[in-house]
Amino acid sequence: MYFLVQLINGLQIGSIYALIALGYTMVYGIIKLINFAHGDIMMVGAYLALLLLNNGIPIIPAMLISMAGCAIFGIIIERLAYKPLRKSSRLSALITAIGVSLLLQNAAMLVFGSAARTFPDLTKGMPSFQLGSNSVNILTVISIVLAIVVMIALQLFVTRSKAGTAMRAVSEDTDAAELMGINVNTTISMTFAIGSGLAAFAAILFCMAYPQVTPYMGAMPGIKAFIAAVLGGIGVIPGAMIGGFILGVIEALTKAYIPSGYSALSDAVVFAILIIVLLVKPSGLLGRPQREKV
Amino acid sequence: MLLSVDSINVYYGRIHAVRDISFEVAKGEVVTLIGANGAGKTTILQTISGILQPKSGTIKYEGVEIQNKPAYKILQSGLAQVPEGRRIFTNLTVRENLEMGAYTRHDKEGITEDLKKSFSRFPRLEERRNQHAGTLSGGEQQMLAIARALMSKPKLLLLDEPSMGLSPLLVQEIFRIIRDVNEDGTTVLLVEQNAQLALSVADRGYVLETGKVIMSGGAKTLLVDERIKAAYLGGEA
Ligand SMILES: Nc1ncnc2c1ncn2[C@@H]1O[C@H](COP(=O)(O)OP(=O)(O)O)[C@@H](O)[C@H]1O
Ligand SMILES: [Mg+2]
Repeated sequence: MYFLVQLINGLQIGSIYALIALGYTMVYGIIKLINFAHGDIMMVGAYLALLLLNNGIPIIPAMLISMAGCAIFGIIIERLAYKPLRKSSRLSALITAIGVSLLLQNAAMLVFGSAARTFPDLTKGMPSFQLGSNSVNILTVISIVLAIVVMIALQLFVTRSKAGTAMRAVSEDTDAAELMGINVNTTISMTFAIGSGLAAFAAILFCMAYPQVTPYMGAMPGIKAFIAAVLGGIGVIPGAMIGGFILGVIEALTKAYIPSGYSALSDAVVFAILIIVLLVKPSGLLGRPQREKV
Repeated sequence: MLLSVDSINVYYGRIHAVRDISFEVAKGEVVTLIGANGAGKTTILQTISGILQPKSGTIKYEGVEIQNKPAYKILQSGLAQVPEGRRIFTNLTVRENLEMGAYTRHDKEGITEDLKKSFSRFPRLEERRNQHAGTLSGGEQQMLAIARALMSKPKLLLLDEPSMGLSPLLVQEIFRIIRDVNEDGTTVLLVEQNAQLALSVADRGYVLETGKVIMSGGAKTLLVDERIKAAYLGGEA
């Protein structure tokens, strides 16, 4: 039973990693940029949701507004910070992304202060069920299911819809896509919007598990999600989902079964697994071997 | 004139790749630009399609200047390109590639109709329609690239070295298709290194050398021109 509870914990944190990892992987797929500010967009989503909830807006609309707000915010960041650098070296874009990350953290600190704010307990009043000696709130299960539904919807969008197919075309060959009449700028904006919206969704799930909002809250889940994206194969959407869940479950289980004095080891285990996977399959679990463009 | 290119200059940084080039294509024609590797042919087509911008000069399509329009708008106005090296989407299926060709169209029935037409023109593509395009052979990929460009129903089709890397038999087939497409009413601007082949299907030709037009005229005249014979139709052709 204890194992089952830890597995649910792992799936919960894993679904959060997966949702954030999707943003990393989609943006990487389309403009080959590791968007280091992505974790901080999640932080912005958390503050937005917090403000809305504190002003009496119910959770569902608060979540949707926060997702829409972050989507627009993601588009603006891309237009202002990354678009001018699209033809520059990847390194300058990467450094810019780190700059955007620091900017967002500091701006949040200026606006909201550095003290942690408490996110309302959404599980209050929701039923729980017993698993052995542990109780699991129904909201935990709902959030995992909801995350999976969102991911399936995204996968269907990308593989079945015309806009999703255009997105894959742009990610493979921007110029050729433009020759098809695809507006590449719009497609890139759409990618940032989806990734940022998913980050805001992840932020709310994260705050349900760890109800603290701080300007730096995006950093750690951001890094973990990035690892998840690399683990699954950066640029590959199902890879980000699977990578996120694997990472979350491993983390929860190692934390649960390693004696508490050594809990820092769980991060070491995560990194060790990443290194082993990349040694065996450098392109990640579901990654395709890199083919050079001609 | 369907297309008039007037004194365009195109640069890559400091490299002056296209120098003061002018040429025209009339409705219904097959016009070819021939020249050795590096002469500037691809640069010209990329500039017409809006992927590159000229530093000076104008490009008029149906009388309207298009040199400052983005590529996706140029495609929408009826000008499609089969790029050098095919540039098909290898991770998409054959069918998805064709659907991307029709990206700007919204007439569902018309698209379905044209998909059928593509498949009857290129039966090999129909057999492979659900395969990833990357699994196709070189010749099949070239056919897909042509079929994909045709899905936008272009009035003017730009082709960049469609014979590149193909066996003589396949080259003949590709050129038969080009003729066929032209007879169906599509105007063609064909870029080739293989001058003999290009002039054999073209009405008129322009000869390029290091970014300049050095000669132009009717295809039949160019085909027998001594200088062209010496430079481009030499031993191998
Ligand atoms: N991306 C590029 N960057 C810099 N120079 C280029 C680039 N593409 C082509 N060139 C140069 O521009 C000139 C014309 O090239 P191109 O248009 O590809 O010729 P062609 O298609 O006739 O072989 C060549 O000197 C080539 O080296
Ligand atoms: Mg070329």
